[in-house]
Amino acid sequence: MRTTPLVELAKTIRSKNAGVDQITFDVIFADRASYDLVRRSGALTADAVCRLYGIPRERLTAFVEYDPALAIKFTIRRERPSGSPGERDVFGAQQYAPLFDLAIPVGD
Amino acid sequence: MADRLSILSPTGHLGFTPIERGSFELGVARRPDLIVADSGSCDIGPQPLGADEHCSPEAWQRHDLELMLLAARRLGVPMIVGSASDTGTDRGVRQYAAIVRELARKHRLAPFRLATIRSEVARDEVARRMAAGARVEGLDGRDDLTPALLARTDRLVAVMGVAPIIRALDGGADVVIAGRSSDSCLFAAPAIRAGFPEAAAYYLGKVLECASFAAEPFMGKESIIGTVSADAVSVTALHEGQRCTVASVASHAMYERANPFFEHVAGGVLDMTHCRYEQADERSTRVTGFSFRRDAVYRIKLEGAGKVGERAVSIAGIRDPYTIRHIDAVIAWARGKVQERWGEPGERYQLHYHVYGRDGVMGPWEPRRATPGHELCLVVEAVADRFEDAEVICALGTRNLFYARLPEVKGTAGTAGLMMDEVLRGKPGYEWTVNHVLPLADPLELTTLELEEVAAA
Repeated sequence: MRTTPLVELAKTIRSKNAGVDQITFDVIFADRASYDLVRRSGALTADAVCRLYGIPRERLTAFVEYDPALAIKFTIRRERPSGSPGERDVFGAQQYAPLFDLAIPVGD
Repeated sequence: MADRLSILSPTGHLGFTPIERGSFELGVARRPDLIVADSGSCDIGPQPLGADEHCSPEAWQRHDLELMLLAARRLGVPMIVGSASDTGTDRGVRQYAAIVRELARKHRLAPFRLATIRSEVARDEVARRMAAGARVEGLDGRDDLTPALLARTDRLVAVMGVAPIIRALDGGADVVIAGRSSDSCLFAAPAIRAGFPEAAAYYLGKVLECASFAAEPFMGKESIIGTVSADAVSVTALHEGQRCTVASVASHAMYERANPFFEHVAGGVLDMTHCRYEQADERSTRVTGFSFRRDAVYRIKLEGAGKVGERAVSIAGIRDPYTIRHIDAVIAWARGKVQERWGEPGERYQLHYHVYGRDGVMGPWEPRRATPGHELCLVVEAVADRFEDAEVICALGTRNLFYARLPEVKGTAGTAGLMMDEVLRGKPGYEWTVNHVLPLADPLELTTLELEEVAAA
């Protein structure tokens, strides 16, 4: 089956702190067709996100489809609170990049 | 009760970068009923709270307060600023109140009433309540607060809800400077006081708290204006290049929160599950369908930060492809040399290697860790009780990147490129020790309101 990288289907792909213990990810689509295509593809799911980031399922604290914003949203609990010594991204703002290459099946 | 109330929101974090004047003045020209802004965040990390410092330059804080104060006094409407000076500690409240008094003198403003609300909480106060049986429940998967964790906390603030702000307005305040506050409550408080339903009031706060982030295209520090009525909230972009669209307003509901459907505040939860969004005019979106549930037990969020140690940082580069392939062995060598003298990392010190060019940004979440770039930047971070110790550990951990012993290395005159043979002093390392909620018998507990007349003379 032919695939398209998620970055070509989504309007916005971002990450940001949700409080001091979690980072939340938003994948937002410009139109209903792209949103439906991706959420029905089975390629962007809770399990797929855990595989991509190499995290156990219990670190993923939310995974929701949010129709009003045509968005798929998930949240990961940090290993340690934001800004502790050893911090890599205090705002959690650069954790989304691996989502770009996620291969979304788009039919034959 | 008036049938509508409008609030001008000029910035999502007063003082962080200066408010843009153009859209702010367009908002003032619409004669809002209040001007409201939040000035703090826990996004900036635990150090400002722990050390009780502001991270925004005072010149920008003064700039933003001046713009808001002069407009509010000119219109004769209240102005509310919460989470004063980045942290919302007592220091922040005192600092902003002093700036407001100074601006009143500078501009010879007619007398007005200033309210300050402090919400810093003494560690002993929390310890006393825990000893008396209060459960301080952890948020976001944390365990309940323990005496040991509390003992590691240098400073705590309570994140106030609407009650103290309503009380300040009841006291006739023209200007409210509040300590740490829930962003949306700063906007919700005057709306609830004016008689609007809690659901609409909290939604108004939710949509206005980050100013132009609720509009598109993306712009920071531009003003937006929101209007609440009995069952709807309308929000309008003021910058000529921005619009509040169904997409921008709906997607803002999920910005910076784990779940887009619920917003927890002191005293209850705003439910946005059944929100309906419609484009009211070119620049405005109208929202209906929110609801609000009060909690059975009133609980307030506590934020606390504690010092971990003094911090030293240095930088090294690696270009040899063989060394890059064996970078983990190089780091293990350097760690080993530190351990020979300082023992295992832990209580005594921490040593972190940030490997930019491989996984410096994402660490273990990086899926492309196996394919590093052709050169690497290593940032070595050491933390210890005394800076002198952190400095030595950092130097040892960096210079041994240079002396790493690899079996087949060709470059036998040094295995790292040092930008400089120097260790830099970082700000001390802190951690968020407290992200918990504490039950209260009365929503006004833990806050202190003071009212004063400010006269220019």
